[in-house]
Amino acid sequence: MLRRLLPHPLLSAFLVITWLLLVNSLSPGALVFGLLVAIAIPPLTTRFWIRAPRLHRPAVLLRLVPVVLWDILVANLTVAWIVLTRPADRLRPQFLAIPLDIRDPYATVALASIITLTPGTVSVQLDPDAGVLHVHALDCPDPEDAIAGIKRRYEQPLGELFEC
Amino acid sequence: MLEALASVLILFGAFFVLVGSLGLARLPDFFTRLHGPTKATTLGLAAVCAAFIAFAAGSGNGLSVRELLILVFLFITAPVSAFVLGRAALRRGTPSMTPPPAPLEDADDDRHR
Repeated sequence: MLRRLLPHPLLSAFLVITWLLLVNSLSPGALVFGLLVAIAIPPLTTRFWIRAPRLHRPAVLLRLVPVVLWDILVANLTVAWIVLTRPADRLRPQFLAIPLDIRDPYATVALASIITLTPGTVSVQLDPDAGVLHVHALDCPDPEDAIAGIKRRYEQPLGELFEC
Repeated sequence: MLEALASVLILFGAFFVLVGSLGLARLPDFFTRLHGPTKATTLGLAAVCAAFIAFAAGSGNGLSVRELLILVFLFITAPVSAFVLGRAALRRGTPSMTPPPAPLEDADDDRHR
């Protein structure tokens, strides 16, 4: 019954929170209307989904989110420093080919997005057959090290989060 | 007090947006320039949105966190546009400082179905 009513629990939760933020209120009226939105909209979007994403271990988010936010902060400072001080001919840009262990499409999208959000690296291409994510790094003296860092900091927790 | 915090946050954010734009102008090739906008949209806008929240809280209208939505949607959409730009550049063979990976000929978007 609950499954039928809420085929996309995560999407529904996201919609309630978005609604409450949009009306900027926690009043019962806003909450009821938010719940109506959360029930009414997901069925209309089923055609766009491969399947409902499932978080197998939501607790991993508590570990992953602070790491990502911290990396965004640190990497922004590093990249700002590079842009302001480094002459173009002393940049060491690099394309990284990251071999993926995760297969879940949602985990892959999350990984690609995190890589782009942490400055200094931008995901530019995904090869689903080979399981390789191509990433452009702005200044990367040691590609091996950068790839290992991305796998350890982001991919491994995302695998735990989305896959069994 | 909160107004001072908001001012500092706006300056901090504006600095990163400026650096992002500067990167766009200064960096040598397409792929390095792609990094400019990702800077401005993360830390820069996060700081500006935090400034809004601090300012609204200080002006006596209670805590308003609606601005967080701007960040959420930006964080969702910015990587997608950067990815599409990057992939388009790879397929067009846009000149790059470092040898780019071979573009995938016809990436099948329905593969995971």
